[in-house]
Amino acid sequence: MTLVSEWPLLDHVLRRAGFGATPVERDYYARKKYSEIVDELVDFDPLSTDIDHLIGTPGHVGVTARNGFMPNTVVNDARQRWLFRMVHSPAPLQEKMALFWHHHFATAYSKIAGTFGATEATRMMAAKSSEDTAGVRGQIELFRQFALGNFRDLLVEVAKDPAMIVWLDGRTNVKAQPQENFGRELMELFTFGIGNYVEADVYAAARVFTGWNLAQLGTSNTPTAYYAFNYRSAQHDTAAKTFTFAIYPDGSKTIPARAAAAGMQDGLDLIQALATHPETARRLARRLWTWFVSEVDAPDAAWVERLAGTYLANGTHMRPVLRELLLSTQFRNPKRHHQRYAWPVEFVVRSLKEVGHVGFSVNDALTPLLNMGQQLLEPPDVNGWSLGPAWFSTGGMLARMNFAATLAANQRFELRNGSRPHGATPQALVNFAIAQLSMPDVPAPVYNALLDYVRAGGTWTGSETQLLNKTGGVFHLLAGSGEYQFV
Amino acid sequence: MKVTRRQFVKGGVTAFTVSFAAPAFLSDIARAQGASRRTLVVLYLNGGNDALSTLIPYGDSFYYSRRPSVAVPAANVLQVGTDASGKVLGLHPRLTGLRQIFDQGALALIQRTGYPNSSRSHFLGTDIWSTANPANSTGTGWLGRYLDALPDPVDPLVGWSTVRELPHSLEGKKVSVPAIPSIAGYAFQSPNTGTEATYSRPTMAAIASHVPVDRPHVAFVNGTSQSALATLDRVASVGTYTGTVAYANNGLAQALKAVAGAIARGIGTKVFWVQLGGFDTHATQNTNAANAGYANLMGTIGDSLLTFHNDMRNQGLLQDTLVLQFSEFGRRISENGSQGTDHGAAGVMMAMGGGVRGGLYGTAANLNPNNVDGSLENSGGDVRYETDFRSVYARVLDSWLGANSIPILGGDFRKSTLNFL
Repeated sequence: MTLVSEWPLLDHVLRRAGFGATPVERDYYARKKYSEIVDELVDFDPLSTDIDHLIGTPGHVGVTARNGFMPNTVVNDARQRWLFRMVHSPAPLQEKMALFWHHHFATAYSKIAGTFGATEATRMMAAKSSEDTAGVRGQIELFRQFALGNFRDLLVEVAKDPAMIVWLDGRTNVKAQPQENFGRELMELFTFGIGNYVEADVYAAARVFTGWNLAQLGTSNTPTAYYAFNYRSAQHDTAAKTFTFAIYPDGSKTIPARAAAAGMQDGLDLIQALATHPETARRLARRLWTWFVSEVDAPDAAWVERLAGTYLANGTHMRPVLRELLLSTQFRNPKRHHQRYAWPVEFVVRSLKEVGHVGFSVNDALTPLLNMGQQLLEPPDVNGWSLGPAWFSTGGMLARMNFAATLAANQRFELRNGSRPHGATPQALVNFAIAQLSMPDVPAPVYNALLDYVRAGGTWTGSETQLLNKTGGVFHLLAGSGEYQFV
Repeated sequence: MKVTRRQFVKGGVTAFTVSFAAPAFLSDIARAQGASRRTLVVLYLNGGNDALSTLIPYGDSFYYSRRPSVAVPAANVLQVGTDASGKVLGLHPRLTGLRQIFDQGALALIQRTGYPNSSRSHFLGTDIWSTANPANSTGTGWLGRYLDALPDPVDPLVGWSTVRELPHSLEGKKVSVPAIPSIAGYAFQSPNTGTEATYSRPTMAAIASHVPVDRPHVAFVNGTSQSALATLDRVASVGTYTGTVAYANNGLAQALKAVAGAIARGIGTKVFWVQLGGFDTHATQNTNAANAGYANLMGTIGDSLLTFHNDMRNQGLLQDTLVLQFSEFGRRISENGSQGTDHGAAGVMMAMGGGVRGGLYGTAANLNPNNVDGSLENSGGDVRYETDFRSVYARVLDSWLGANSIPILGGDFRKSTLNFL
């Protein structure tokens, strides 16, 4: 059992390691102790979290099918499917970390679509291998599979991922003219970050990945055709590559010259060096701090060292790191609750879980998300989205308020039904909404403004009409308030 | 990346709240601050514009030998004359609109702008251009600092970003610039209808007016909400603007139409931000294509700016309007194996408007890879800067916006020969 005194912690971990909780889910987790909740969140089996068969069934958020629902080949359907999973997954941390990796390895659908067309681009980004005609595994599926997996292995998979190869121009990285794009971002964004390498390292890294390309397999112009990773040994630069940092445990900075056929080992060696570099460990820990702990407080230096140590001691596995994170006092500290600026996707999914979703289609969240500044599968550039206060342009804030209005209007009958036991006084109604939205303490001026709102237009009697109008109205105002924009 | 606003959130609630005035006074403030009527429109080319394909040194044989597929044939360039070093230059063939403006004497082309040890990173490069501080690019933006220096209270619409994310350049300590990518979408909805619906907006405004001193991050978001609610009606008034010239149906042209509407309706905005992406041309740059790639980007810029220029001119507003264009870096001189170009160093800036002294500023690089005159860097791979970009900013701040560039830029970057304003 979660003690009543720990309910705020329960809500906190479900907002951070998940996307919030429906009243039913909250009751489920409240039957467990905190350590049990953490175990359940962390120890999911990625092979048994598939809930796609529930799409379109009663009791779940809806999707909108245009000419059939085709999430493996139509990008907006892929976006709908991912939102559905975020709302309903029994392993919310899996989706949360998949979103984290999507931001970390930010790859945009549009560039791939511009190269191979909309269908191939959707497959490369989001196809589920068990449903694809040729077994293609999209990049998002890779992130879900490796959500809490081994980061070094994930880097290798990313380096061979068709969407990434298109995105960072691996297709044109050949020995005669190395293409720097992937080599640069591997160091600047994916691993240890700026300040740990020099321009010459970028050129060397580009040469390391020469020949890492794609090939079309299957029979072209048939459903069996698909693009897959293909190492082209003839395009690989076989000469030695020297870096300014150690590549091998003995301190050697040079990847030796190798025969072309064995040249793929160059990339594996560089990835191994980068994945196990202490600065990579620290940078990942700092990013996890920002994602899970706080955007208001700077990363706690000792905490960063501890998680970085756990990461390295466990052979770059993420699962032990996440368990330690969620159990740490820094994470649990009540002062850090509601200290991270909600991403638009987090805001939308949490609203769907807390305001309600019966009869609502996630398709109707896609344009609002765009207006809030976050389109899934379309990060603005390789650096991902600008986080924190940067989400909160005036236009983005209006889009959040307006999504809350749309959702509250859509759910007004459900909300009225839920509010009937709480309709005796304006205070009871407002308290009901505050509790269901897992709000932090609502300051008196805000609370009083809400009471005035409930009373506006006539004496409060708790009539059906009043409940219908005011419950939706209060949920809109609370979900659109500053307090609700934090998880 | 957005350390600035985060730092400010930690320490600046008091400063932040005073920047908000009661909505009733806003138009007065706008009028007072808009007294000079001068506006600055910043055009950012996102991705690192290939300057050598914008302003083409078509007399340099190395331009052709190093760019066998990317170079624009000399016969196709739009010649704009000879620079101070005697090098002949031409605009990209799709920049016919800019050529017209150049011929009217209202376009300055500033060659080889950049800074020492140019960053090849998009993010660091953009941050450096945004903060005007190559040594520490995590602070406020140069335009944010300009807006911060305006006398209080500052009107919430003093700046206007036409892109969804607030550009780093416009981030200040106390001024929160609204992002208005779509005028139609910039409206407030209620879940109810009729009279009941009218209760929502004042309540939302009351909620947003709360400043929780113990939680500055919430105060920041509330400030954003306040700013949004206070600017809705004035922004809506721009939505009906049609202009004296038809604007094309693309993102840049539509953004410039909104800017023109805001200027023509006199709503008081001093700094606008417009942006065009797609300049990270690593592969298949298509400089010479009929209807693709870089050629289309140039067509979009040239045509959109000409439309805007003519619209402003027709309404007698050209003398008060300045467009300033930049990008985070230029690109590598030699093309890569993908018929594209990689990240390079110095770029080209443009200033356009009725108050501009048009012409060619600075000198083109000698593209001989042996770096015969010191105009290259990176072992002859990249164009080295000649004019510090902060000197361009200084001229805009001092001579156009009537500010003092020294405190805003953290030093004296004034350059008397850079007299395009």
